[in-house]
Formats: sequence, structure tokens, C-alpha cells
Amino acid sequence: MEVILEAGRTERNYWRDLWRYRELFQILAWRDFAVRYRQTLVGIAWAGLRPVLTMIVLTVIFNRIAGLSSDGKAPYALMVMAGMLPWIFFSTGLADASGSLLANTNLLTKVYFPRLILPTATILVSVVDFLIQLVLLAVLMVWYGYAPDVRILALPLLMVMAFLAALGPALWITAISVRYRDFRFVTPFLVQFGLYVTPVGFAFSKVPADWQTLYALNPMVGVINAFRWSILGGDTPLYGTSVAISVGMIALMLWIGLRQFRALENSFADLI
Amino acid sequence: MSSASAVISVEGLSKRYQIGHQLAGHESFREMLGRKARGLIGGGKAGSAEVEDFWALKDVSFDVREGEVMGVIGRNGAGKSTLLKILSRITAPTEGRVALRGQVASLLEVGTGFHPELTGRENIFLNGAILGMSRRDIALRFDEIVDFAEVERFLDTPVKRYSSGMYVRLAFSVAAHLDSDILIVDEVLAVGDVEFQKKCLGKMRGVTGNGRAAIFVSHNISAVRSLCDSAILLDGGQIVSSGTVERPIHDYFTLFRQPIAHKATDGIPGIQSVQVMDASQSSAHVLNDAENYRVKFSLLPRSNAKSCQIAFTIFNNEDVGLISAFSPQFALAGDGPQDYFVELPTQMLNSGNYRIEGAVFDSYGLIEQIDCLAIFELLRTSQFDQKHNDSRGLVRFDAIWSGQGL
Repeated sequence: MEVILEAGRTERNYWRDLWRYRELFQILAWRDFAVRYRQTLVGIAWAGLRPVLTMIVLTVIFNRIAGLSSDGKAPYALMVMAGMLPWIFFSTGLADASGSLLANTNLLTKVYFPRLILPTATILVSVVDFLIQLVLLAVLMVWYGYAPDVRILALPLLMVMAFLAALGPALWITAISVRYRDFRFVTPFLVQFGLYVTPVGFAFSKVPADWQTLYALNPMVGVINAFRWSILGGDTPLYGTSVAISVGMIALMLWIGLRQFRALENSFADLI
Repeated sequence: MSSASAVISVEGLSKRYQIGHQLAGHESFREMLGRKARGLIGGGKAGSAEVEDFWALKDVSFDVREGEVMGVIGRNGAGKSTLLKILSRITAPTEGRVALRGQVASLLEVGTGFHPELTGRENIFLNGAILGMSRRDIALRFDEIVDFAEVERFLDTPVKRYSSGMYVRLAFSVAAHLDSDILIVDEVLAVGDVEFQKKCLGKMRGVTGNGRAAIFVSHNISAVRSLCDSAILLDGGQIVSSGTVERPIHDYFTLFRQPIAHKATDGIPGIQSVQVMDASQSSAHVLNDAENYRVKFSLLPRSNAKSCQIAFTIFNNEDVGLISAFSPQFALAGDGPQDYFVELPTQMLNSGNYRIEGAVFDSYGLIEQIDCLAIFELLRTSQFDQKHNDSRGLVRFDAIWSGQGL
């Protein structure tokens, strides 16, 4: 095996290297996971408490106070929860991954590995939170006596969609924040702002028809619609156009994020 | 010049860093926006940050053959770390080419990625993976690593509860069991107790037994001498000397003898050079405990001679200042440089590498100080010293003993 290092030529083995370093990817994800859940009870309780409390608040505001209803026969609380899961996964994944390079400065300046591993492994840790919340959702569905149908099998694929939706912007933000330290403060704003322009507390159908296409440019709109379609089943609509737009937006942001990341990657160790 | 048997070939390697007013620190995004905005309004130059080029490495070429251990020596800022960072693929070269034939393991720090919350066992796997070992390799060597580090009893304790000695032993042990064709090691032997350091040196010597190549950076001249087959001396980002070990080491010591630029300070003599001299009045770098040595300060008089005094401090390899001495007050007048001598208190020092830092004070305070004016290595030769290298303080003193038989 021969490695050639030349100015502007480090790219050549990049994707092969990424595969060769898959064990490091696993172990870094495992490290973040182990550290996060070392005090097991606190970690699990927090992962569960956060969506339940938010779900209650949103259900009270939109269902009881504003008088909105869900699309199909599904109880309102279940609809909110089915949208909350991907949203929390997306927002924590994005927030953690955006800071992943700065949080691992010691690794960046001391060892080589494809840097793409860091933000990607960081988002993966949020999958554990997601699984805990999925159990919670199952409990809630038993409580309401509401059974999902065969569409639930699409859930893993939708997880990949939510994962990639977080990865694109995260790559972009984390790469730029190595150069400009204050850029990472964009993420909390983005996440907070995003909650208002994402149908977490209400159904997509409540958005005026004229605005729906524009609204769907937010990639999480399509992701949440698809999650509800998959989890709630029955008469819950998919809103295929929004999902298609979402897939397009996710691909576009991933491409932009990857380009930005790869362009700056070689200078990370010099800048950080 | 890249021959077929070279495992590492480096050709014309250069690395440029850009330093500037805004780029030296971290420019914030807000500042960048402000700068761009000012550029738009003012038009033209105000929009670009002032940037200066700095070549950390310039046109460096060398080959390392199979089974060869090459040392890299040089003063601080000579480009050693930059070279290692390029070879370890942490940073990309600006110009030139490096060919690495084989699997590379680089060790720029002991315990990279160790997490204090994780146990010793978990950290072995984590650190091993970070250094490029596969999980299978780590599992195979696990017992060996634990034995070497002598931490069996604490394997399931979080490393934050480890003593610093245990921590370093565990970290080094993982690194010492790296199995790769090419090993790149920074100054990592300066950690741990002497006994453990010896163990690691032995382990490293074993590395090249199997036809593997290594690059080893160190300030520890005796370690370079005992470990390396060849060496390069870097200064100002360029190779100034290379070959078998002795030649670059000799030139390394010579670097410190060059006259040092100094600013003229009214009335206070400037330090022209500092050298360690042996009994025959020639400069010496490797000293033994059987002879006497003196430190020679060459001072340059300046007009309006004022009263001043010479001070010097001896630092050890870990940069700890060990002993200082101050001359009586005197005034230096005249034209040419004048030499001043002081006995070097070798009887107070253990075997090791030292440097001397000198300064000239006036009656108010520091006037002229120049770092690292002379460096020397002391070798103690007695049987006792060879055996009891550890268990001792940083300095000794001529103790006066009494009692039966003394």
C-alpha cells in the first residue's frame, strides 16, 4: 500500500479511507454514547421527558386552545408525538454535529482520519434518544388503543432521510465554525426558528393550500409528513409532493454541505 | 533520488502558513462580515485582511529505508512539528511530494483521545482505534498491553481516577503495541518515570527489528544517539545537516554557538556568545563528571559603561530551571569583546541534557536576556550512577557527611 501526499492531492483516497476507518467511526459513536449514558437513568429519563412535556404543551395549545384537529382518526397527541420524534432527532443531531469538530480539537491536531467521521458519528448518537422515544410512542399508542399498519416498515428508511437532513447543514456549519468560531451560534437560532416553520404541533393540511409548496421547501416538512404517514397509518395522507420536494432539498443541502466540508477539510488542523 | 528501497521518500516538501493581523488570532464571523462591509463601502483594499507568508518548511527532501530509524533534531520552531504533521497527514503540504510505502502509525502525543469518564479497558480500545489499530489487533494484544502498563487491577476504573503515572503508562503501552510498517514518533519519551522510559526505548528498538522504518523527533540527544541510524537537522524550515547520527548532532550543538543578534542598550554590555569550555579551552558539548568545565560569556562593551552583573540559569530537558548564579557588579568599558568565566557546577547535576540561559542586568533590572545560549549533555560514568539512574532529585549537592568510617 502506497500513500502519496501532495498539495491538493489528498482527495484521491478519500472515500476508500472513509471505508477503511469505519471501525473508528463506530468507536467514536460508541464513545459519545457511553459518555452520554454513563449515568444511565438521568440520560434515559431526559430523553423521554423532553418530548412528552413538549407534546403535552403543543397538544394543549393547538388542539385545546386553538381548536385544530388531526388529519385522520389518529388522536391529536399521537400526531404531535409522531412529528416530534423526527424533529427532536433532527435538531439535537444538527446541534451536536455542528460543534463536533471544535469539540474534538485534540483529535484533529494529533491524528489523521477522514474528518467526515466526526459529525456523522455524532448524529448517530441521537439515534439512541430516538429509539427511547420510539418506545415511549409505542406505550402512548397502547394507551390510546391505536395500532399502526404495514406502513410502519418504512420507518427505517425515513430515519435515513431525517439523518441526511441533519447531516447536510451540520457539515456546512461545523466546517465554517472552525474558521469563524462564532458561527456555531447559528445552530441554536436555526433550531429555534425551525420549530416555528415546521408542522410539529399541527397537521400539514392546516397550512393554506397556496403556501404549501413554499412551506415544503423546509426539508423537515416532508420528513414529518412521511413519519406521520408511516407511524399513524390508516387515513393519514402522505402529501407526496412535500416529500418529493423534501428529498430534493435534502440532496441539495447535503451536496452543498459536503462540498464546503471537503473544501475546508485540509485546513482544519491549521485553523483550529 | 527516490530509490526503490526507500519506505519514506520526501521530495521538495514545503509548507506555508499565512499569518496576519486578523488571521493570527481567530477572526470571528462578525468581524469578517464587518470587514467585508467596510470593503464594499470604502471600495478596494480595506476589504482584505493583511496576510504575511511564513514558510515553516522549505524544500525538504530525504529518504528513509526499510529498517532505518531516522532522527529529526533542531531548535524550537525549526519545523520539526510541521514535518511530522505533514507525514502524519494531519495537514497538507503546500509544495512537494511525500511517498509512504506501507501502513503508517503516528504518535504525536501519548493518550490522544483518552476520555476521563471511560475505564482503562474502554480507553485501550478507543485509543487503539484512534491510532489506527483494528479491533481485532487490539483484542489480540490486549493482555500484552495491560501487562506492559501494569494496570491490571484498575482496568475497570475510569481513568480520571488514575494517578498520572498510571495514566501515562497505559497510554504509552497502547502506542508501544502499534503494529505498522512506518512509525512516526514525536517527543513522547519525555513522559513517565525513568524505569518506564527505558522499557519503552527497548520496545521502540524492537520496532525496526522487523524491517520497519521509523522517524523519531526528540530534544533528547542521547535518545536520538541510541535509537537512530541517521538523522537530519532542521533549522529555519530547511535541512542544514544530515547523515549518520553524529554529524547532525555535532552541527546541532554548533547552532547554539552562532553569535546572537542583540539590540544596543546604552551602557550595558551585550551578550555575544555563551559557551561551555573544557580544561583545554575548547568548547565542549558532551561533558563527563571526571573533568572540570567553565562557562564563557563573551560580552560586548557599549558606550557610557554602567555597572551591571551577569546572571545565568541551567535548565534541564523538561525546561525546569534548576540553578542560577549571579556575578558581582562590574562595569565593562573598552572596545573589543571581553570574556568572563564561571565554573560549571557539574557536581550538582545528574546525567542528562541541559541548556544555559544568560542575561545581563543593570542595577534596575533585566536589560538583555537571550534564551538558550548554550546546551550541553552531561554523562556520569560511575558504576553507581549507571545503576541508580532513577530515585534522585533534580540536583545534587556536595553534602558533608559524618559518622563512623566516613
